[in-house]
Amino acid sequence: MEDRLTKVFAALADPTRRDMVARLAAADATVNELAEPYDVSVQAVSKHIRVLEDAGLVRRSRVAQRRPVHLEAEVFDLLTAWIERYRRQVEARYARLDALLAEEMTTPATDEETA
Amino acid sequence: MSTGTRETIIEAVDGLPAVRITREFDAPPERVFDAHVDVDKVVRWLGPRGLTMTVQRWDAETGGGYRYVHADDRGEYRFFGSFHEVRSPDRIVQTFTFEGFGDSVCLETMTLTELPGGRARLVATSLFDSFEGRDAMLASGMETGVEEGYEKLDELLASR
Repeated sequence: MEDRLTKVFAALADPTRRDMVARLAAADATVNELAEPYDVSVQAVSKHIRVLEDAGLVRRSRVAQRRPVHLEAEVFDLLTAWIERYRRQVEARYARLDALLAEEMTTPATDEETA
Repeated sequence: MSTGTRETIIEAVDGLPAVRITREFDAPPERVFDAHVDVDKVVRWLGPRGLTMTVQRWDAETGGGYRYVHADDRGEYRFFGSFHEVRSPDRIVQTFTFEGFGDSVCLETMTLTELPGGRARLVATSLFDSFEGRDAMLASGMETGVEEGYEKLDELLASR
């Protein structure tokens, strides 16, 4: 599980690949279609897609000769879940800090002020 | 981002093994800063619920350092680091290591900005030394996150 997440994050660390993923979220596309907006070779785009494929983010389906690239939505659900749980952990910590700060507000005589 | 919220925002930083946390508090920067350096206050909020936090070293000043242990009946989790810069009331830069988890070290930069109405915005950036290190940290949220999420809700309901 952790290995997979590492691959996913590494794959998404590249801005071009993130852009590709964003476009694939809208619709499947062929390698040529994906390559269009970038100033790079189709080979370079193919390489990016292989990295995404290796991370399990996309899959090449076999629709005749077209072989469109398809985004694996559930991997994103996994990623979102991990980040959301981390966020809740951080949030729980800051909720405790909120409580401490709120308590200080109601008892303003702190050590520093009375010292 | 709207003002007046206390939502915790977590973002990845483009192209870096980093995580950025943004959070607002209903207290001025001086007080939020103080809660980060005064060890009696730190122990009350920093550690995960259900774990006792024992502080072995705490010199929250530029060039200082810290070491503490979180413990429960399942084991101990040891952390240490250096305070690179502690500048009241708006900036703390420190290193962070989770002992026993390889040689990885994280650089944490926290800044506080004053907001209208006696409030403060905290931005904390954690820069890891590898993408793997960052992912492992994110993964650590898996275990306690859900449980604490509900506790947070309880707390919220109780405070209204």
